[in-house]
Amino acid sequence: MSETINGDGVAVAANGVGKTFDTRSGEVQALTGVDLRVAAGEFVSLIGPSGCGKSTLMRLLADLDSPSEGTIEVFGKTPAQARRDQDYGIAFQQAGLLPWRTVAANIGLPLELHGTDRAARAARVAELAELVGLSDFADRYPDQLSGGMQQRVAIARSLAEQPRLLLMDEPFGALDEMTRERMQAELSRIVGESGAAVVFVTHSIPEAVFLSDRVVVMSPRPGRITGVVDIGIGRDVPRDEALRETTAFFAKVTEVREALHGTPVTASGREGR
Amino acid sequence: MSVVDGVRSPRRDRTLRLVAPVAVGLLGLAVWQLLVGVVGVSAHLLPSPSEIAAEWTANAGPIAEAAWITGVNAVLGLLVGSAVGVALAAVAARLRWIDQMLAPVVAGLAVVPIVALAPVLNSMFGADSEIGRRTIAAIASFVPVFLNTLRGLRQTTPLHRDLMRSYAATGPQTLRTLTLPTAAPYVLTGLRVASSLAVISALVAEYFGGPRGGLGAFISTSAATSAYARAWAYVGASILLGLGLYLVTVALERLVTRLLTGGAR
Repeated sequence: MSETINGDGVAVAANGVGKTFDTRSGEVQALTGVDLRVAAGEFVSLIGPSGCGKSTLMRLLADLDSPSEGTIEVFGKTPAQARRDQDYGIAFQQAGLLPWRTVAANIGLPLELHGTDRAARAARVAELAELVGLSDFADRYPDQLSGGMQQRVAIARSLAEQPRLLLMDEPFGALDEMTRERMQAELSRIVGESGAAVVFVTHSIPEAVFLSDRVVVMSPRPGRITGVVDIGIGRDVPRDEALRETTAFFAKVTEVREALHGTPVTASGREGR
Repeated sequence: MSVVDGVRSPRRDRTLRLVAPVAVGLLGLAVWQLLVGVVGVSAHLLPSPSEIAAEWTANAGPIAEAAWITGVNAVLGLLVGSAVGVALAAVAARLRWIDQMLAPVVAGLAVVPIVALAPVLNSMFGADSEIGRRTIAAIASFVPVFLNTLRGLRQTTPLHRDLMRSYAATGPQTLRTLTLPTAAPYVLTGLRVASSLAVISALVAEYFGGPRGGLGAFISTSAATSAYARAWAYVGASILLGLGLYLVTVALERLVTRLLTGGAR
């Protein structure tokens, strides 16, 4: 789907990426031979069981770790350069808000660090708070918010500088199912409005299908990509409760599930020999 | 969605918080006076509050002077000890080998008894110098400030550090927006503990030579000459001095917390 797009429209390009960690029990191969292309504006989910390296891959894209082999380009630059240029916004499984800052000050943190002046910052923060439906809570502190609201603050913060790429590592992983589904619909709307490309790490099949243009299926020991499923539900189709009931949705859920389980995974295989 | 804590008449809570301890204190004094005056506990075993109050008013000048001497020693010791504690903790948090080098020294300092150190330092700096006493207060203050600060500087989570890295935040920016605010409550707790220790150390150091003057010196001479009520008056002044310094650090803690939470906008 995205391979044909020219260099300008490529958000992420990973070629032959591998990552080994030195642990006390020897080297652990977290990732091997990963080739991945994400087009500008495309929503790609990484899915797989624990230890398949999906979070590691996202950390490599964010330049929070560096690959042991292979190359990664983010908008045609090295991840380090993309990070310095603030080309991506990032959200983790934990909201990671600074507890001594209000909601507004948390959302505005990246703007503050990068020298946006006070007035522009206040305007942007108000806009973002509105976007995630937290306008009434701008002066609250994180410990006065529910988990779902904290996660919305984190998402607003990741959008603060209108990044062209969003990196999200199981941002809804700690939420209850109902909140989670609502957040998925909200994220889909927000991303649609911003036009950013998204790399979304999850271990929930319905979540991946609901949100993505493409689902990248990964497998552990060593972590690698074992399949790619094109979801093919257009962006014009509203991401709402009705979508979850359609046969097309179920078919894709089944397809991703088969891709996940169809791979030869030896249950007895142990890492860290 | 969670809401701000259910507040039930904060005004009444505050009044109660003030009135209750005062009432308990007054009741205690009344019982004490009753024990000495009516039941007849002998005066050199336990002087009555009224006797102590009389001694207090009679010696208001010397008491204030003594409190000033001890207070200056304690405060100077607290300031120097805390400054050194924070500075060394900052270095130790950065460089692991410094931390490992300092750890046994700090552990040693933490268990040095003031009683043992005071005579040595007093003769070291000479009998007419306050420096020995101030050094003792500084050493006593140093330990809790150092330990708490070091701990505080290590409280940033990997998640927050990743976040700052993803923002390409500079070292000073990370220090200002993440590391220091995270450490601040720990530093202040250290200071609060140190403030009491500084007063106690400065006071106890006065029992072991050095220049005449200071609350500790007067407590020991009053007790030695059987002027128990006067000794108690000095004890009372010591308590007030310790409380005063403690309250200053509590106020500082409040101030910093308010600056941290309010100043972020």
